[in-house]
Amino acid sequence: MFRLWIILFSVFVVYTCFVYTCCDQKNAPSTPPDSRVNAGWTLWQEKNCQSCHQVYGLGGYLGPDLTNTAGDPYKGEKYIYSFIKNGTGKMPNFNLNDSEVNNLVAFLVWVDRSGKNIVPKEKVTWTGNYNLDN
Amino acid sequence: MRNYLRLYIISALFFLAATLIFGLLASWAFLYPETYNKFLPFYQLRPFHVSAALFWIISGATAGVLFYKNGELVPGKANPITEKLFIYTWLATIVVIFACYALKKFGGREYWEFPPVLSMPLLVSWLFLIASYFIPIVKSTRDKPMYIWMWGTGIFFFMITFIEQNLWQIPWFRYSYLREVTVQWKANGSLVGSWNQMIYGTSLYLMVKISGNENIARGKTVFMFYMLGLTNLMFNWGHHIYNVPTASWIRDTSYVISMTEWIFLLKMIHDFRSTLEDIKRLKHLITYRFIIASEVWVFFNLLLTLAMSIPAINRYTHGTHITVAHSMGATIGINTMILLGSFSYMLGIDKMSESFRKNIITNYWICQASLVVFWGCLIVAGFLKGYRSVTLNIKTFQEVMMPVMPVLKAFSWAAIPMAISLIIISGMYIYRAGTMKAEIE
Repeated sequence: MFRLWIILFSVFVVYTCFVYTCCDQKNAPSTPPDSRVNAGWTLWQEKNCQSCHQVYGLGGYLGPDLTNTAGDPYKGEKYIYSFIKNGTGKMPNFNLNDSEVNNLVAFLVWVDRSGKNIVPKEKVTWTGNYNLDN
Repeated sequence: MRNYLRLYIISALFFLAATLIFGLLASWAFLYPETYNKFLPFYQLRPFHVSAALFWIISGATAGVLFYKNGELVPGKANPITEKLFIYTWLATIVVIFACYALKKFGGREYWEFPPVLSMPLLVSWLFLIASYFIPIVKSTRDKPMYIWMWGTGIFFFMITFIEQNLWQIPWFRYSYLREVTVQWKANGSLVGSWNQMIYGTSLYLMVKISGNENIARGKTVFMFYMLGLTNLMFNWGHHIYNVPTASWIRDTSYVISMTEWIFLLKMIHDFRSTLEDIKRLKHLITYRFIIASEVWVFFNLLLTLAMSIPAINRYTHGTHITVAHSMGATIGINTMILLGSFSYMLGIDKMSESFRKNIITNYWICQASLVVFWGCLIVAGFLKGYRSVTLNIKTFQEVMMPVMPVLKAFSWAAIPMAISLIIISGMYIYRAGTMKAEIE
């Protein structure tokens, strides 16, 4: 039994290494985040934005998913800036300064460039799976 | 029962009560954020609720493992020092975590929102648990039943996935957002699998002890299901990130592995008649009642999980309240029920007075009935959100949520009796644990 366990665990380790190194579909490193993006990402976590907002459908449910808000032609960076800076009735005003708000916007712009959140209907194949390669 | 273990059991039950109180407050804060923002905003309540739930499940599972394993060892092989080190470090860190939340100090990722430096004492405490479990178990020469393997697997994989969950702190993992989010949800998915190994191991242990049939935990069938569970723990986490544009082989692997869960479902249907006979024979035991409730919820959650594991369906359910139904159905309906069964066994609830037991059974039924409404509301809410955002392609979030909010109001009302009934049960168990005669350490 232990031998079988070790075999399965070895497969898991190899698979994990593949996931870490090759999970990016393009198989090429995306643009690494610059210092502003990193600062925005840290702030995203420190202010616990994920409690209310999703990215790629992962996170809280109180506010909208923000994956592609920065690239949305009807919303965009100014729209995000204004929401974060002033808050709304539902969203508290976190009293961030201009630089902090800009860093958060930079983070969301970087996230937007990583891909699309919604899978188009035509990408669903007869197997019930997606084909996102083309 | 040793005093430190009694303290641990009482703490776990307090975490359950805290989960329910914060969850209840959070559900109403979700409906009326403008009001709650003035004193206890949703972004503060949610981590309190989620972390308390995690600590209830993990502490409850490990309390059972520590309590039961000693009966499986060669006498005198247990190591109370490492057990105490684990319990005290673990509990002290949790107190600091809640203090951070109270001060609005966050910084971690989903489910572990505390400042990341606190992951270190949690990991150190877990190493003490590993020492206290594996060293005496390995030395034990007895032929090991399957629950010993399951507990060991859960403890080992919790460590691996907890470390993996913290890899985001290494800059290389953050160079690509897709990599970061993939690793994050790989870890979170397997983390759930790891505590399920501990909890299902406890369920198997309890069935052996209640029925007196040692063969349940031995043989080829139970081994096959253990390996199937382990395979799912390792590779079936991809449904969390189906819509993330990662390499397609990640989706393919998860899709194929997740379909093996049909075997669990078919086994449950196959065993239905013998389960009914067990119910007739054992329903007088409160421990068994909780186990059987968990089996019913396993059945319904498996149906939901299987549906969500098909990408074409996941496209509609992802990011909706159906995902919440999936996680709450599992944590309340399955994990909490098994853990309360385990606590009933450890605390000897079946030996208590008739009125004590009747009180628990009444609250048990209130909990089950309100959980049905609670779970159903989440599915309806998720269906509406998925339909409006994906099929109707409504772009405005407020417009998508308009018909969803009344359903979530019904959900919040259903949460009240469910939370009260579970708080009463946990309060009665705390009372029982507090009044039990302690063994000299």
